[in-house]
Amino acid sequence: MAANVTTEDQAEPKRRWQDIDLRAVAPFVALALLLLLGALVNPNFIGLNNLANVATRSAFIALIAVGATFVISSGDLDLSVGSMVAFVASLMILFMNSGAIADPGMMIAAAIVLALVVGALCGLANGLITTVGKIEPFIATLGTMGIYRGLTTWLSQGGAITLQSAEQQDLYRPAYFGVILGVPVPIIVVLVVTCIAAFILYRMRYGRHVVAVGSNAHVARYSGIKVDRVRTWAFVIQGVCVAIAVVLYVPRLGSTSATTGILWELQAITAVVIGGTALKGGASRVWGTICGAFILELVGNIMLLSNFISEYLIGAIQGAIIIIAMLVQRSLVRKS
Amino acid sequence: MRKGLLSLVTVAAMAMGSTVGFAEDKAYTVGVSIPAADHGWTSGVVFHANRVAESLMAQHPGLNIIVKTSPDAASQANALQDLETQGIDALVILPSDPDPLVNSIKEIKSKGTFVAIVDRAPSVNDDSVRDLYIAGNNYALGETAGNYIKTTTPDAEVVVIRGLPIPIDQTRQDGFDKAIEGSNVKVLDRQFGNWNRDDAFKVMQDYLTKFPKIDVVWCQDDDMAVGVLQAIEQAGRTDIQYVVAGAGSKDMIKKVMDGDKMIPVDVLYPPAMVGTALEMTVAGLYAQVPMRGTFTVDATLITKDNAAQYYFPDSPF
Repeated sequence: MAANVTTEDQAEPKRRWQDIDLRAVAPFVALALLLLLGALVNPNFIGLNNLANVATRSAFIALIAVGATFVISSGDLDLSVGSMVAFVASLMILFMNSGAIADPGMMIAAAIVLALVVGALCGLANGLITTVGKIEPFIATLGTMGIYRGLTTWLSQGGAITLQSAEQQDLYRPAYFGVILGVPVPIIVVLVVTCIAAFILYRMRYGRHVVAVGSNAHVARYSGIKVDRVRTWAFVIQGVCVAIAVVLYVPRLGSTSATTGILWELQAITAVVIGGTALKGGASRVWGTICGAFILELVGNIMLLSNFISEYLIGAIQGAIIIIAMLVQRSLVRKS
Repeated sequence: MRKGLLSLVTVAAMAMGSTVGFAEDKAYTVGVSIPAADHGWTSGVVFHANRVAESLMAQHPGLNIIVKTSPDAASQANALQDLETQGIDALVILPSDPDPLVNSIKEIKSKGTFVAIVDRAPSVNDDSVRDLYIAGNNYALGETAGNYIKTTTPDAEVVVIRGLPIPIDQTRQDGFDKAIEGSNVKVLDRQFGNWNRDDAFKVMQDYLTKFPKIDVVWCQDDDMAVGVLQAIEQAGRTDIQYVVAGAGSKDMIKKVMDGDKMIPVDVLYPPAMVGTALEMTVAGLYAQVPMRGTFTVDATLITKDNAAQYYFPDSPF
C-alpha cells in the first residue's frame, strides 16, 4: 500500500496526497467494520480457526483477482477466468492420472509446471484475440469463456474428473491443507504472489505502463508505449494467476466437474472493485484487491454463522453488504 | 466420440433392418431427446440412454433408436422437430424445462406417436401430453434419508445442506421433515450449498465452526458430499458419525460398497430412469402389452448389500 502511495505521489500534485491515501485505506476500514459485525453475530467468528478458514477459502478468488487487477487497470476485462480454472484443473488432473511419470513427487511437480504453462497459454489466447484480433475484451473473453467451459464439459463427458492415485493425493494435500509456522499454505501463497504483483505494478516500468494504458490508450501510444504488448502481457499474467489458483484448488477436493469455477469471474471482478481499482482502468490497488476477496468470503461466512438470518435471504443481504462497503469507501474519500 | 460410435451403430442397425431384420422383426424407430451433459446427473442420463439404446438395438434387429442431446429448451424443441421429420414411432423425452416444450410434445403426440416423459413433468401432465410418465421421487428421497437417520441414530443432531431454492429441493425437504416428525432427531441448521462441491465445502466448514457437536450431515446430493467429507477431514472432527447423500454417483456407491464408515448408505435418484422409460416404450411396441400410465421409480436405500446392482464404473457420473 505504501508503495502505491509513493509512486502515484511522484506524479500527482501534493494536494491530492490525502485523497489517494484514504482511497487505498478504505477497503481495510470496511474490513474492520465487517470483523466487528461478525464478532457481534457469533463469538466463534473471531476465533483464529474460523478466520484462517475464511482466509484460506478466499485464496482462489484472491489469486485470480490479483491477475484481474492487471487486466482491469490496463482497461480490459477478462470474463473467462472461471471457465479457465475448470479447464486448467481438468487438464492437470488428467495428466496426473495418465501415469506418464512413475515417481509421484516428480509427477506433481510436472503437473504444476503444466498447469502454469496451460494457464499462460489460455491468457495469451485471450490477449491475442483482444489485441491482434481487435475484438472488444468483453466479447473476446465471453467467447473463450464458452470455449474453456465447453472443453471442460467435453473432457469430463459432463461428469467429474477425479484424481485416481491415493499416493499422489496424500503427497499433494498439504499444498492446500498444510501449515507453515502456523499459517495455512494458501495464505502464504497469496501474500507472496501479491508482493510480486505489487512490485511489478509499483516498482517496475511495466506496471506504470499498465496504468498509463488503462487511463488513456491513445496518449500512452503517442508516448511510445507498445500498448498491445502491455495489454497482452496483462492477460498472460491473469492466466498465470489462474493457474496458481488451480495448483491450490486441485489438492482441496482432488476433482473437478463441469460446474467448477462457475461465476468466479464475477467474484474476482467484484473483489478488484471493492479493493479500490477503477473498473474503467487507470488505477491499480493490488493489496486492496486481496482485501476485497477476503471481504466477499467473510460476508458469506457471517451470514452462515448468524442464527437469525433466513437461508432464503442470504443473497439479498450479501448484495446489500457489498453496496454498503462501497458506500463507506466513497464517504471516506469524499470527506478528504 | 461416443455419439459418433452410436450413429455408426445406428447406420449398421438400419442396414440390417432393411435386409435381414425385415423378415423376422418389425421395424420401429424410437427418438430419445435428453438434455446435454452439463453436470453430473445429466451426464449419467446421457450415458444410460446410450447404454440402453445399444442393448435394445442388439436385441431387436429392426429397431432404430436415435439419441439426441440438447443444451436448453429452445434447442430441444428444434431437436424434437428433427426427430419428427425423420419419422419416429415413439418418443422418450427428458425435458430440460417441461412447460415451454409442452406444445412441441403435443404436436408429436397428435401424429399418433407414443410419448414417454421422464422425470420432469409439465404442469398439465395427463394423457393429452404423454402416454407414459416415468417419475423420480424427490419426496421419497428426503423421506428415505430421514427414516434412515431416525432409525440408526434416534437422538441425532443433524445439519442439513440444501440444493438451490427451487421446488425439487423443497419437495425433498418436506419428505425429510415428514420422516423425522415426532422423533428426537433435531435439525440444527439448513443452508443452501447449490448442489456444488465447493459451496458445500464452505457451508460445512462454517457448520463445524458454528456447532461444537454434530452427529449427522444430510446433504441430499453426492456432489455436495465430496465437499462435506473434505471439510470434516480437514477439521479433524470425530463427532460426526456419518453423512447421508443422494442420487447414486459411482464414487459414493463405491464408498458404500467398500464399507466406508462416513458413507454407510446412499439414496437413489437414478439417472438410469431414462433407461426404464426406453425399455418400457420398446416393450410396448414389440410385446403389445399395455404401457400407458405413470411409473414412479423408488428412492431406494443403497446399502452395502445391494450397492453392486447400482454401480456403473464406466459412467461419468
